[in-house]
Amino acid sequence: MSLVRAQHLSKTYRVGDIEVPAVRGVDFVIEPASFVAFVGPSGSGKSTLLNLIGCLDHPTSGTLTVLDADIATLDRRAAARFRGSHIGFVFQDFNLIPVLTVFENVEYPLRMVQEWPAAKRRAQVLRLLEAVGMADQADKRPDQISGGQKQRVAIARALVSQPKLVLADEPTANLDHDTAYRVLQLMKKMRDEFRTTFVFSTHDPKIMGEAESTFILEDGQLLSAAHHNAAEAAHA
Amino acid sequence: MLDVLSIASRNLARYRRRTLLTLLLIVIGMVAVLLFIAVAGSFRAMMVGQITDSILGHVQVHRKGYVASIDNLPLNLNLKPPMVAKVEEDLKQNPAVETWSPRVKFGGMFSNFVETTAIRVNGVDPAREAATVPLLPGRMVEGDKAGPLVGRGQIVIPLLLARGMKTKLGDTVVVVATNRDGSVNGRTFVVRGILESATGPGGRDGYIHIDDARELLRMSEPEVSEIAVRLKDFSKLGRVEGQFRESLGGLTNKEGKPVLEVHPWSDLSPFANLARMIDLMTLFIKIVLVAIVLVSVMNVMIMAVFERIREIGTIAAIGTPPGRILSLFLAEGLMLGIVGTVAGTLVSLAAILGINLWQPTFNFGQQQNLVMAPTIAAGDVLTIAALVVVVAIVASLQPAWKASRMDPISALRHV
Repeated sequence: MSLVRAQHLSKTYRVGDIEVPAVRGVDFVIEPASFVAFVGPSGSGKSTLLNLIGCLDHPTSGTLTVLDADIATLDRRAAARFRGSHIGFVFQDFNLIPVLTVFENVEYPLRMVQEWPAAKRRAQVLRLLEAVGMADQADKRPDQISGGQKQRVAIARALVSQPKLVLADEPTANLDHDTAYRVLQLMKKMRDEFRTTFVFSTHDPKIMGEAESTFILEDGQLLSAAHHNAAEAAHA
Repeated sequence: MLDVLSIASRNLARYRRRTLLTLLLIVIGMVAVLLFIAVAGSFRAMMVGQITDSILGHVQVHRKGYVASIDNLPLNLNLKPPMVAKVEEDLKQNPAVETWSPRVKFGGMFSNFVETTAIRVNGVDPAREAATVPLLPGRMVEGDKAGPLVGRGQIVIPLLLARGMKTKLGDTVVVVATNRDGSVNGRTFVVRGILESATGPGGRDGYIHIDDARELLRMSEPEVSEIAVRLKDFSKLGRVEGQFRESLGGLTNKEGKPVLEVHPWSDLSPFANLARMIDLMTLFIKIVLVAIVLVSVMNVMIMAVFERIREIGTIAAIGTPPGRILSLFLAEGLMLGIVGTVAGTLVSLAAILGINLWQPTFNFGQQQNLVMAPTIAAGDVLTIAALVVVVAIVASLQPAWKASRMDPISALRHV
């Protein structure tokens, strides 16, 4: 059973009187526990697709089901609940909360979104921090760690509530190549460990080689879809 | 809730200078209001005390129509003995009443055998009058303050008359009055004391014994012009006045209309307007406080939302419910209000204590070197504190609402 299914999916923005199509009649399927990249130049519709899959936006036409939920039917509150329960996010600029420590940033979804009990929460946060190799930095604030470390923390935060799906919009854009590679390896490791589907966008050809499934976009249309397992080869 | 407060406090600490400035504004506003209430309140209480405790009493009972023509001191609107008995019976039964003093008031001519001038004469029972208006003997600038206020054949005259007529203690004077039937009568009195005015240099009130007054006016029965009442607790004036109106309203004339009227001190003295003005100024200064807190907290919260748009987008994207985002920002306003209130209250109480230790003096009417002793009721402090906290929350409401309704995509794109 597919995790995400898009059929004739379109999204058009209106800027004044002008309609700007961002995604045009796209069809795709994302399987559970896969490692998927949406690739394309700026303005190709990658971020729009991630926003739609992440229930941050509604399609103009077509259907999009995520975990069997038709996201067009979710109102603002239901969408927030759905995201909090099933989807993790990793952002290009890390977007950690500056007043919280590394531990508290990872803890945030369990504390402010899902309200886990304190003991269970602590164990889960420590488990994730161990998994991303940031346990020894738990008490530091975001401005006291490097960009790569911030993204590790962001990945831990995205995974802490055990979502089925993690969406990462250009997660390596602000990292040097080696760090970017390590972050992607970490994401893949997390996928293997937690059986979580990772969907990320990138315009970097070297990074796209790390994906097991690649959807190439241009002008809002899906040009091709490839399924391979060439990560190690691409990096070598 | 603790989680929300913890994050809110850290966000406030993040913009330390701005938070401190806002707190400073709240503290200044609170200090201004609480100090004004304390100082103006003590001045008002002193002023009202001077009026009620040395002249009027707390409440007065008259025959219907008397107060409307009080400037003429009409003798045909006196309370007849049955009315007086009814009033005294009611006063005896009311546990809120401390004491009362019947008075016979009339206008007369005062002569020192050389010159003659007008005088307002109060015929009083000296013991009851001193109990009802306990500051009255203290106003005596010449004469024995400790003894009975006035005895038979004695008169206490106002300082104005004493100076103008060059009259001294022990002098014999004549008071001439016209009674209700129009016949004139006069009798001599010995000056037993000279009174300074409570409210200014214009006082023309003299005091004689009530029996002398009745004799001078050739009353066939013991009539009374007014009954001044002192309550045990002045703060219960409104309620007790209502009780009097209700109980005394039962005494009616042949047409079924009430024959008595009840007036609190504020109906009888122009100084009540001054007291009302102080109340009005207190209200205005409270409005200024509301404006200060509203503008300063709203300003800081609007800035907080504007500067954290991406952060709001992030927490909204990862599933924070809109209500939780609203509470995060409301909590910041609440904390500003609470911290500002606590600091403002402490500074205000310290300032009030400081003034009480300093003991500055002021003059009121003829009263010199009155010590300013500001006090503030716990109720006033709690009211102002609650006002500040509520206004701080209200001021945060719009920015918090805006944050909770923010579109995550637009917020995440914000630069």
